[in-house]
Amino acid sequence: MKTRTTKLRAAGSPRRVAKLWQLRLYVMDSTPKSAAAFTNLKRFCESNLKGRYHITVIDLEKHPQLAKGDQILAIPTVVRKLPKPVRTIIGNLSNIDHALIGLDLRLAN
Amino acid sequence: MVLPKCPTGIQGLDEITGGGLPRGRPTLVCGGAGCGKTLLATEFLVRGVTLFDEPGVLMAFEETEAELKANVASLGFDLAGLVRRKKIVVDYVHLERSEVQESGEYDLEGLFVRLNHAIDSIGAKRVVLDTLEVLFASLPNEAILRSELRRLFRWLKDKGVTAIITAERGREHLTRHGLEEYVSDCVIVLDHRVNDQIATRHLRVVKYRGALHGTNEFPFLIGNEGFSVLPITSLGLNHKVSAERIATGIPRLDAMLGGKGFFRGSSILLTGTAGTGKTIISANFAQAAALRGERVLFFSFEESPNQIIRNMHSIGLRLEPLVKRGLLQFHSARPSRCGLEMHLATMFKEIAAFQPQVVIIDPITSLMEMGTSSEGKGMVTRLIDYLKAGQVTTLFTSLTQGGHVLQQSEAGMSSLMDSWLLLQDFEGNGERNRVLYVLKARGMAHSNQIREFLISDHGIDVVDAYIGASGVLTGSARAAQGALEKAATLANLQEGARRKRELERKREAIERQISGLRSDYESETMELRRIDAQVGTRTRVLTTERAASGRLRQADAKVTAASPGKNGHGRKHG
Repeated sequence: MKTRTTKLRAAGSPRRVAKLWQLRLYVMDSTPKSAAAFTNLKRFCESNLKGRYHITVIDLEKHPQLAKGDQILAIPTVVRKLPKPVRTIIGNLSNIDHALIGLDLRLAN
Repeated sequence: MVLPKCPTGIQGLDEITGGGLPRGRPTLVCGGAGCGKTLLATEFLVRGVTLFDEPGVLMAFEETEAELKANVASLGFDLAGLVRRKKIVVDYVHLERSEVQESGEYDLEGLFVRLNHAIDSIGAKRVVLDTLEVLFASLPNEAILRSELRRLFRWLKDKGVTAIITAERGREHLTRHGLEEYVSDCVIVLDHRVNDQIATRHLRVVKYRGALHGTNEFPFLIGNEGFSVLPITSLGLNHKVSAERIATGIPRLDAMLGGKGFFRGSSILLTGTAGTGKTIISANFAQAAALRGERVLFFSFEESPNQIIRNMHSIGLRLEPLVKRGLLQFHSARPSRCGLEMHLATMFKEIAAFQPQVVIIDPITSLMEMGTSSEGKGMVTRLIDYLKAGQVTTLFTSLTQGGHVLQQSEAGMSSLMDSWLLLQDFEGNGERNRVLYVLKARGMAHSNQIREFLISDHGIDVVDAYIGASGVLTGSARAAQGALEKAATLANLQEGARRKRELERKREAIERQISGLRSDYESETMELRRIDAQVGTRTRVLTTERAASGRLRQADAKVTAASPGKNGHGRKHG
């Protein structure tokens, strides 16, 4: 996995150094969509970014004031804070291709 | 049952809607770009706080908080201050389509959470969503969006907030994305039309479920104090009337109006052709009122204030000190500066701000030319109603084209007026003279006489025009006629004197004749006496001689005695 990452880095943009991926998942704890989103996100990260990611789950039911900061409208929403630029994916991530494009995970692969 | 209403605090809108927007329900405000949707919505919130102590949430999808604050600050709304005092929450919702990737199922619960949080944080009663339709551009899945919007409006109702949702006007539908489908309680359409290069804004309440509302298009204005709708057509004819009379500043004119002038709070029309002295009479009226200590507002649509002051100075009216004392205020604007409605709204504002007792509009005709005749009449009606409701005496001047059209052209307006003075030019003998008469004066005895009025450097002087067999004479003709009459009188006097003298002479001649005749008679009488005397003497002598000779002849004495008796009888009659 490590080698593959290196290869891609060499082939793509060699300067892009993604030490740690910071992801925020905005959910409403009680909804099934949110649970699905967390499961899907966890799976992607485990398979692509093992040991290099950090997911913060924000439950808007408990912290509604946090929705404003990242311009959250849709639930669930994943915001990739790092690496820059910030990317936003809305939905439960059931569409794998779209999720990969959204997170730019193929870079990490 | 009457629906509970939520007053907007926006001038005029509450009158049209019969008290405000439906309380606890969403209202859709739609219109094209630049119609004032955002402003209407923002003012709804700001007035809600300042007038009704109802906090509000503004969810802005198009403009950032800073932009909004700056935009409405120019209208005198301290949005920033209200936000600081936690009376209003502004939440800028932004979603850039290019930065968002969609994957799988989602809903807009985030929006609900934000809105709910904002409402609960200040206990908001009012909510504005401006412009929700932006979401159609930023969210790829329209099906989800539509179902979520439906849920949102239901949610707003359940929350019990009075909401305004703004939307772009669509080609075929009221809104571009058919939002009217979801908001069915109240729909207001704003419109911005250009007629003859003059733009007028209109507002119409298309729908108001469960309530009576004005269905007309109402003109509205965005002025420096925000939004104002002009629902003046809703006013009735129930204003108070005053029996107080106010002088016109021209004593002879007062005399023509039953000796006391106009009624307070009445509307007066002053018509005349160009140069007949309309502005001068108006200025006189203004000065008289201001000198009584009343406030006078002078709307001029043809001359600048300074020009009026200068011109009136030349006939002895000192308006400047009155302006300085704040009793007289001029407001000059070209009629073409803006539309009829805008003018009307501006005038209402000025009147409301200055609170005058007398308003002069010079001339109303140049304003009326701005619209169609029905618009013009409608405007005058509204203006008069507004002014009468406030007991303001109003003098309208009206410029007419000469000839017989003079009165016809005023027919539409004159029925609205309480008094009507007509100024006219009389042309003749190579000069023009001004005359004035009172065509109508409701509720007072007034002169039916035509009067000439003269303008000199010490003001207006109203004099009797000469009315005789040859018609009305004015100016030098009046003077000439006066001179003619004087000459005729003089001639009559002289003729009389001459006749008197002649008669005297005749009498003298007759007297002389009489005295001549008498002296003739007397001399003849004298003559007769003398003859009588002579005859007597001779007879006596003869008798004596006869008696002597008879004695001599021894004649009978009887004959001699009879003769002298006969002679004596005749002498007695002579």
